[in-house]
Amino acid sequence: MSNIPSELKYTKSHEWVRIEGDGTATVGISDHAQTLLGDMVFVELPEPGAALEAGEECAVVESVKAASDVYTPLSGKVVAANELLEDAPETVNTDAYNDGWLFRIRLEDEAELKELLDAEAYAELVAEEDH
Amino acid sequence: MPFIPHTEGDTRAMLATCGVDSLEDLFDEIPPELRANALDGIPAGCDELAVSQLLHARAAQNAQPLCFSGAGAYEHHIPAAVWEITSRGEYYSAYTPYQAEASQGTLQLLYEFQTMVAELTAMAVANASLYDGATALAEAVLMAVRANRKSKSRRILMPRTVHPRYRDVVETIVRHQGIELTRLDYDTAGGHIDPTSLPTEPGDVTALVIPQPNFFGALEDADTLTDWAHAHGALVIGVVNPTAMAVINPPGEWGGAGADIVCGEGQPLGIPLASGGPYFGFMCCKQKIVRQMPGRIIGATVDLEGKRGYVLTLQAREQHIRRSKATSNICTNQGLMTTAATIYMAVMGSAGLENVARQCHANTRALIKQLSAIDGVETVFDRPTFHETVLRLPRPVNGVLEELAGHGILGGVDLARDYPELGHALLVCATETRSEADLDAYAVALREVLA
Amino acid sequence: MNNEPLIFEHSRPGRINRAQSAHLGGDLDDIPDTLRRQRRPGLPEVSELDAVRHYTRLSQKNFSIDTHFYPLGSCTMKYNPRACNTLASLPGFLGQHPLSAVRDSQGILACLWDLQEMLKAVTGMCAVSLTPMAGAQGEFAGVAMIRAYHDARGDDARTEILVPDAAHGTNPATATMCGYSVREIPTDAQGDVDVVALKAAVGPHTAGIMLTNPSTLGVFERRIHEIARIVHQAGGLLYYDGANLNAILGKVKPGDMGFDVIHINLHKTFSTPHGGGGPGSGPVGVSERLHPFIPIPLVGRDDNSAFRWLDEHDLPQSIGRLSAHMGNTGILLRAYVYALMLGREGMVRIADYATLNANYLMARLRAAGFDMALPERRATHEFILTLKHQAKEPGVTAMDFAKRLLDYGFHAPTTYFPLIIPECLLIEPTETESKEALDAFVEAMVAIQAEAEKDVETLKGAPYSLPVRRLDDVQAARELDLRWQANGGMAS
Ligand SMILES: Cc1ncc(COP(=O)(O)O)c(C=O)c1O
Repeated sequence: MSNIPSELKYTKSHEWVRIEGDGTATVGISDHAQTLLGDMVFVELPEPGAALEAGEECAVVESVKAASDVYTPLSGKVVAANELLEDAPETVNTDAYNDGWLFRIRLEDEAELKELLDAEAYAELVAEEDH
Repeated sequence: MPFIPHTEGDTRAMLATCGVDSLEDLFDEIPPELRANALDGIPAGCDELAVSQLLHARAAQNAQPLCFSGAGAYEHHIPAAVWEITSRGEYYSAYTPYQAEASQGTLQLLYEFQTMVAELTAMAVANASLYDGATALAEAVLMAVRANRKSKSRRILMPRTVHPRYRDVVETIVRHQGIELTRLDYDTAGGHIDPTSLPTEPGDVTALVIPQPNFFGALEDADTLTDWAHAHGALVIGVVNPTAMAVINPPGEWGGAGADIVCGEGQPLGIPLASGGPYFGFMCCKQKIVRQMPGRIIGATVDLEGKRGYVLTLQAREQHIRRSKATSNICTNQGLMTTAATIYMAVMGSAGLENVARQCHANTRALIKQLSAIDGVETVFDRPTFHETVLRLPRPVNGVLEELAGHGILGGVDLARDYPELGHALLVCATETRSEADLDAYAVALREVLA
Repeated sequence: MNNEPLIFEHSRPGRINRAQSAHLGGDLDDIPDTLRRQRRPGLPEVSELDAVRHYTRLSQKNFSIDTHFYPLGSCTMKYNPRACNTLASLPGFLGQHPLSAVRDSQGILACLWDLQEMLKAVTGMCAVSLTPMAGAQGEFAGVAMIRAYHDARGDDARTEILVPDAAHGTNPATATMCGYSVREIPTDAQGDVDVVALKAAVGPHTAGIMLTNPSTLGVFERRIHEIARIVHQAGGLLYYDGANLNAILGKVKPGDMGFDVIHINLHKTFSTPHGGGGPGSGPVGVSERLHPFIPIPLVGRDDNSAFRWLDEHDLPQSIGRLSAHMGNTGILLRAYVYALMLGREGMVRIADYATLNANYLMARLRAAGFDMALPERRATHEFILTLKHQAKEPGVTAMDFAKRLLDYGFHAPTTYFPLIIPECLLIEPTETESKEALDAFVEAMVAIQAEAEKDVETLKGAPYSLPVRRLDDVQAARELDLRWQANGGMAS
């Protein structure tokens, strides 16, 4: 069973989102996604300052057997990228929801938040995929 | 049937296991209307003896006059050990080393190959080969567009001193990706790119290609060109001859920062001329852009017990994982040719390769001296050359070459089609395989032909 | 087996192989210092014996066709006849400069001409170009021709290439190189292209579809005519990936299935060597409508039946050149020798016996309790076994089986391809293997299954008997070490 914290929001493409309350949101990939991909060997992140549109590919997480694009669930300007991952991509495996975050974005359109899944809906999605 | 070991008894027993009566039954899922008639147009099979006789006859129909042609394919001596070892079945009949534990021979050899190529070019890393020099340049152009994130123009400066066929291949391969290839003209006195002719405000340039030596055999001012490119935010792609690298300043040391991507034709490193292939392309780059490099890359690692071993690595760049977003579609590369090249470099060593390079240079100088002493023959450019140069003849080159063939001489490459502005221009080359007597023979024949 | 050091570790400063270049040399005084190399490259300094011994020892660490059964699906690892190598290596061929006069090249041109003609006959296409240097380059040529065709008609709305989800990675990668976007078409439960999904996907944006038949799932695409009709009606063209042509040689011609353009992997169907990764050769064949765009050079004949090169003057609409010369000529010669030895009956026999061996092996493995991915289908020249049950219980993967097979003296089948079948082994025995070899493989699979049931760790630790134990791919990718350095440490 994968770990799906209830305070986070999720996407169908397995990103998680934490609303930070200062107008920004943090994005990473779910525990389920990191398990499927396996040992992470490289993470490519968006440059701080980049302006993204919701649904745009903006990062790549790479294991030895797969490379997966990460799509930003929200539009806005990137305010930070997790530099720790440059030297320690395995953090995405060991701590997907905390130190393994990918990037932080300044929200542009609060309405986009409504499109996200809550933990319950995401858990259902994962359960379906497992079949 | 050739190469099928089954006895009649085997076939019968195996069909029974499959639960069918005949071989035909195994094809019952193919819609009958698709079934082909006999293979008209294919001759009946032959024994090895008969095929051998035919191929010997065909080989004898090829004539091999004394060769003074280069233009990207060079006749060098190949130590006997190179192909004796390369032809071992364990190299010859192995697949791509995907099962690393069963392919340590090939993988370690390729790791050594990457090291040797990186040493020759003074670059950080190399891949395990591309198809040939021309496609390697095309891949280098595509790589530069990926690697130069600051440049948005997808504009590549492509000098006319780059091999014309390489430029053709680049055009074929990159044309669908919105890349602009801007021609750079050469200096008619030097036969090189004159750095002072480059614009001071070139705009957004993605990369500059620098051939060394260039197609005319001339040596480019690679240091100044490299610094110019870097000053304008462009990457530098070097296209180099590996033999020349033994004596010429390598691209990793060009200018202040060195070339970013280097590629070239590997044929001079122990690969026979063989009518143009198989050869292999090599590619190197700076460490920081290695993830943008196409082709297979071998890395060292350890096994369960901590013992050193080798695997294909960074595979997430490649088509079998990354599919439509791969760095290239290349899969099968030129493995066996890199095996030969690795053994060639090991057998020759740095000193051996340097001696070969020096002899090529000396022979070409001697040839230029002899031929340009003939009435009406002159050198076209004044830049120093490595082992090839352009001569101007008093009349059309193709007629002269035909007459030289009558004297048993392949006298070089006619440049009329690619560089009509040069007049009756001939590209000649003399490698270490040409003796003094060979050079004399060429001079005597040319004198006679032009008389 | 002992660790063989790197050639650089055998190196000793000042050790020179004098047999090769002691009498060579010359001045460089006309080259200014700024253009000269200042420091010698760090190539190894070893004796010729050191080099011969080192590379012979390394060779002994490889599996190969000449030493092992190698049932690698999709790759067609069959016997590479020695005659092909010997005859392609005659000095009259090896010594030929690519820019030799045509008059001096009639021998090689005649061989290439014959090969073009034979490949036309087996594929049912109207013209063949031998220049692509591997399957993937053939694919590039093919899709570039499709693009040239649409462009020539001013039909620039076609921006998409369709590719089945079971396709080889080179197919989508090629479409991208040709400037197309890729749309995947799902496979139905029986392993055929999902025709309903295909119908929904095609339209005025469809440039073409890339198909392998028999497909990468080891079954014949039965509705190929319908697929061809759907795509053609939408104005798209059909590309045939010929990686599996060996399964249908002399039985079905791609031209008759409705394909407009194809490539053939000579290093598969025509048994040229894989050489530890290449060189290959991927000639392309075209239908009438794509003929004007075929890549150059080709071999043609002039009025007095001498052979000559055809180039941009003969084919002004060609997509152009794909190599500096004419591709992997020496590989083409090997394929030519092979084709001559087989002849027309021999070619049909390839399909017969490759198919017999695959179906026999599949029947025996199934009888031994293994699951087939498509149990209701006839195998072609290859088939897929799935270990998804073993992965759940007792918990061993396709990779574990693959590694343990190495200990039993068998090269592993292709693993984890096609991507749509979980825990799969794609098994292609080829026609050159005997019944005894296949039986021995079945015994090994049965023995490994028994080991797995007893103790999964036996498989997890495999291989045990090879030069190295299982290697750490993750470390290789995280801590890149791509070249040896005298002082250790990483290159910068
Ligand atoms: C189905 C299929 N298509 C295409 C290719 C690519 O061919 P090549 O490796 O010769 O480029 C392969 C083989 O690797 C293959 O199996």
